Amino acid sequence: MKIRLDQVVKTFDTFRAVHGVSLDIESGQLVALLGPSGSGKTTILRMVAGLEYADGGHIYFGDQDATDIPVRDRGVGFVFQHYALFPHMTVAENIAFGMKVSKTKRSKSEIATRVEELLRLVKLEGLGDRFPGQISGGQRQRVALARALAVDPKVLLLDEPFGALDANVRRDLRRWLREIHDELGITTLFVTHDQEEALDLADRVVILDQGRIVQEGTPAEVCRAPNSAFVMRFLGDANRISANVRDGRAYIGETVIDAPSSSDGPIDIYLRPGDVDWRPEGDGISATIVRVLDRPGGRRVLANVEGGTALEFDVPPETDVRSGQHGRLLIKRSRLYPA
Amino acid sequence: MKRNVLPGLPLSLGITLFYVGLIVVLPLAALVFKAASLGPAEYWAIVSSPRAVASYRVTVLSALVATAFNLVFGLALAWVLVRYRFPGRRIVDAIVDLPFALPTAVAGIALTTLFASNGWFGSLLAPLGIKVAYTPLGIMVAMCFTSLPFIVRTVQPVLEDLDPALEEAAQSLGGSDSAIFVRVILPLLMPALLAGLSLSFARSLGEFGAIIFIAGNQPMETEITALLAFIRLEEYDYQAAAAIASVLLITAFLMLAATNLLQARALRYTARS
Amino acid sequence: MTPTRRKPPRVGDGPIIRRVLIGTTLFFGAILVLAPLIVIAVEAFGQGLKAYAATIAHPDTRHAIFMTVATALIAVPVNTAFGLAAAWAITKFDFWGRRALLVVIEIPFSISPIVAGVAYLFVYGLQGLFGPMLEAADIKILFALPGIVLASMFVTAPFVARELIPLMQAQGRDLEEAATSLGASGWRTFFSVTLPNVKWALLYGVVLCNARVMGEFGAVSVVSGNIRGQTNTLPLHIELLYHDYQAAGAFAAASILATLAVVTIIAKVALERRGAGRRPALAAAAKEQNAGTSS
Repeated sequence: MKIRLDQVVKTFDTFRAVHGVSLDIESGQLVALLGPSGSGKTTILRMVAGLEYADGGHIYFGDQDATDIPVRDRGVGFVFQHYALFPHMTVAENIAFGMKVSKTKRSKSEIATRVEELLRLVKLEGLGDRFPGQISGGQRQRVALARALAVDPKVLLLDEPFGALDANVRRDLRRWLREIHDELGITTLFVTHDQEEALDLADRVVILDQGRIVQEGTPAEVCRAPNSAFVMRFLGDANRISANVRDGRAYIGETVIDAPSSSDGPIDIYLRPGDVDWRPEGDGISATIVRVLDRPGGRRVLANVEGGTALEFDVPPETDVRSGQHGRLLIKRSRLYPA
Repeated sequence: MKRNVLPGLPLSLGITLFYVGLIVVLPLAALVFKAASLGPAEYWAIVSSPRAVASYRVTVLSALVATAFNLVFGLALAWVLVRYRFPGRRIVDAIVDLPFALPTAVAGIALTTLFASNGWFGSLLAPLGIKVAYTPLGIMVAMCFTSLPFIVRTVQPVLEDLDPALEEAAQSLGGSDSAIFVRVILPLLMPALLAGLSLSFARSLGEFGAIIFIAGNQPMETEITALLAFIRLEEYDYQAAAAIASVLLITAFLMLAATNLLQARALRYTARS
Repeated sequence: MTPTRRKPPRVGDGPIIRRVLIGTTLFFGAILVLAPLIVIAVEAFGQGLKAYAATIAHPDTRHAIFMTVATALIAVPVNTAFGLAAAWAITKFDFWGRRALLVVIEIPFSISPIVAGVAYLFVYGLQGLFGPMLEAADIKILFALPGIVLASMFVTAPFVARELIPLMQAQGRDLEEAATSLGASGWRTFFSVTLPNVKWALLYGVVLCNARVMGEFGAVSVVSGNIRGQTNTLPLHIELLYHDYQAAGAFAAASILATLAVVTIIAKVALERRGAGRRPALAAAAKEQNAGTSS
C-alpha cells in the first residue's frame, strides 16, 4: 500500500506541531521518521494511523483519501511506544483481540491457528498463556508486533519501537524487525529519535525538525550528503570550524579548502571525527591535544586548533598521542554550510 | 539495623495499640463475648426467629437492589465526570460527596418528606400506584442515597488514570465502542468496581439513620436488621440484641474477607511469575 | 488558518450516548442528592424566618447544639492524635502484625453504627464488662457525654489515619532519616519535616472526621439514652422533633447540619486542590514507574 501525505498540518491549541508536510512512501518500503523530540514525527505517525486528525492537507492510502477515516476502519497496525498490551489478557488473548472484535467472523479454531502462527513468527512459542506483566520488555515488544500484524494491516506503524529497551536487546530486535519486514513485504513507517536505528533499519529516512521535513533519502544519501548543518549535526558527531570564503576558497588561518559554490563571507565547515588525519608535523592546521579518550575501536582525541576552536577526531588504536602534544591536522573531507 | 534510625516507635505504637484496643477491639470483643455466652441452641433460636429472618431478607434484598442501582448509576456518573466536559461538571463532582457529608438523620427526614405520598416525588408516583415511603422501596431509596458515592469514588481515579493508549490500541485493532468497553475498559475497572461494590453493599447492610425514617418499620415487612437489634435493646432484651448485632458483625467480616479475595482474583494478572 | 479539526472520537464520544449518559446521571443525581438539600431548606424556612429562629433558640435545640459541639471538641482532637500516632508507627517502622493493625483500624468503617452502639453497651452498660464496677464508683459513661464521645470515636477511628497512612507510605522515610541523621530530635523531625508534608491530608481527615462526629446517629442513639435536654445531640434532637410531629422544627435543626455538610464539601474541594484526598497509592505507583527504566 502506497501512502501519500499532501501538505499535512496539525496544531495543538496554539502550538503548530506539523507544518505542511508532504511525503510519498512507496508500497513495501520501510521508512523511518527521524527527528529530535518536538519535531512532529510522532504526530505525523498518529495522523497516518488516524489517532489524530490533520487540521489541513490530505493523507492518501493508495488512491483513497484516508484523511478522515477513523482509526478502526483504516486498516493500520500500530505498535505503541510502551506497547499498550492489555494487561488483563494473556499474550494469546492480546494477539487474538483484533480477530475477535473484527466484523469478519472467524471460528475459534481459525483464530487459535492464526495466533499460533503469529507466536511462531515473533518467536514466542509457548508463551501464549503468560500475562504481559510476566514477560520481558523485548518479549512484550514482539507481542505488540504480533497483535498489530494479526489484523492483516495494509500499513504497519511503529512509535519508537525500541525506545524502552536495553541497548543489546534493541540491536537484536532491529535486525529481526527488518527480517520480518522483508518476509511480509508490508509498508512500514516507524518513528525514532535514534539516528543509528533509523540508518540501520530503514530503506528511506525522513529527517524532521520543528514540524518540517528537512531532508529525506536513502541512508547513504542522507549520510553522504546532509543538506544542512542541522542534519549534519543530528546524524552524528560533528566538529564546526568557522572560516571565511574569498573567491571560491575557504580560509581557516593558513589552511585553504575549495569552496566553489559558496559566496564570499563567513562560513561554517563541518568535519566528522574521521574526516581528518593527525600527523606530528607537516602540512595542515596546527593543533594541540587536550585529552585522549580510549575506546574499544580506536582513540578519540580532543584538541584545540589555532584560533582556539575545540575539535574531536579519531585515530587508530596504536597511534601514540598524548595530551599537550602539538601536531598538524589534514582535512580529508568536509562539508560547508552558510554560517 | 537501618530500621531503628527513627525514634518514636514505642510511643506511637503504644498510643495506637491502646486506642485501637480500647475504642475498637474491646467493645467488639465484649459484643462477641456476650453473644457467645448464649448457648448455641438459644443463639440459633434468636437469630433464626421468623422476625429476624424477615429482617435479613428485607435488608439483604434492599441492599442488593440499591447496590445494583449504584453499580450502574455510579459507573455512569464516574464515566460522565471523567470523560465528558459540560457546564457544572465540577459542581456535580463536588456534590457527589453529599451523602457522605450529610448526617443520616437529616437525609432520612429529607427523603421521607420527598417520597411521602404528599411529597414532591411521592405525589407524582402515587397516581402510578407506586408507594415509596413506608415500603421496602423507601429502604432502597435511602440505601441508594447513603452508599451512592462509593462506586463513583473508587472507579473515578482508575478511569482517570487509564492509559489512553490501551483504548487507541483497541481502536486500531478494529474494536467497536461496545467491544472496547466490554473487553478492555470494564475488565480494567473491575478491581475498583468490586471494591466500590462491596463498600456500597456493606454500608447498605449496616445503614440505620437514613432508613428508619422512611422505612415504616413494620415487623416482618419493613424492619431492617439493625433496627431489630435496636428494638431488642429498648425492650431490655440484651441477649437478643447481642445475638442480632453479632449477625451484622459477622456479615461485615465475611464481606471484608470476600472483597479481599475477589480483588486478589481480579488483579491476578499483575502477579509476576 | 483553519481552527483545530475535531479530535478522533474516543469510546463513548458519540453525541447520542453522550447526551443520554449526561442526562440520565444528572436526572438521578438531582433526584437523589440535590432534592434532599433543597427540601431541607424549603421545609426549614416554610413557616417563615421567625419560626425558624424560634426553633433554633429553643433551649432543647441549643442544648443539642452544645452537646454536638462538645462531642466534636473532644472526639476530633483525640482522634487526630491517634491518627498521627498510628500513621507514624505504621509508615515509619516495620513490625510484626503491621498489616493486621491496618485491617483493625479500618474495621469501624465496615461495621453498622448500631453494632458499635450495642457493643459499647456491653462494655460500659450495667449488663456489660465494667458496668457494675462503674456503677459502684458512681461514674456515668453511658447515657451521658462520655458514652457519646466514645461511640463517636469508634465510628470515626479510621478517618484521620486512612488519609495519612497512604500518603506517608508514599513519601517514605528518607526525609525523616535525613533529619535524624543531622541531629534533629524525634519531635523536631515530626513537627518540622513530617507534619508540613502531610498538613493538607491531615486537615482533610479532620474535616471528614468532624462531619461524621457531628452527624453520627445510629451509634449515638444507642448509647445516649435520648434524654431530651440532657443527652440529645443534634441528629437525635432532629429525630425527636420529627417524631413529635414538629416537622418544621426538625428541618430547622436539620438545616444547621445540612449547612455543616455543605461547608464540609467546600472545604473538601479546597483541600483536594491542594493535593489532599487523592489516593496517593496510585500516584506513588505512577512515580515508581517513571523513576525506573520506564518499561
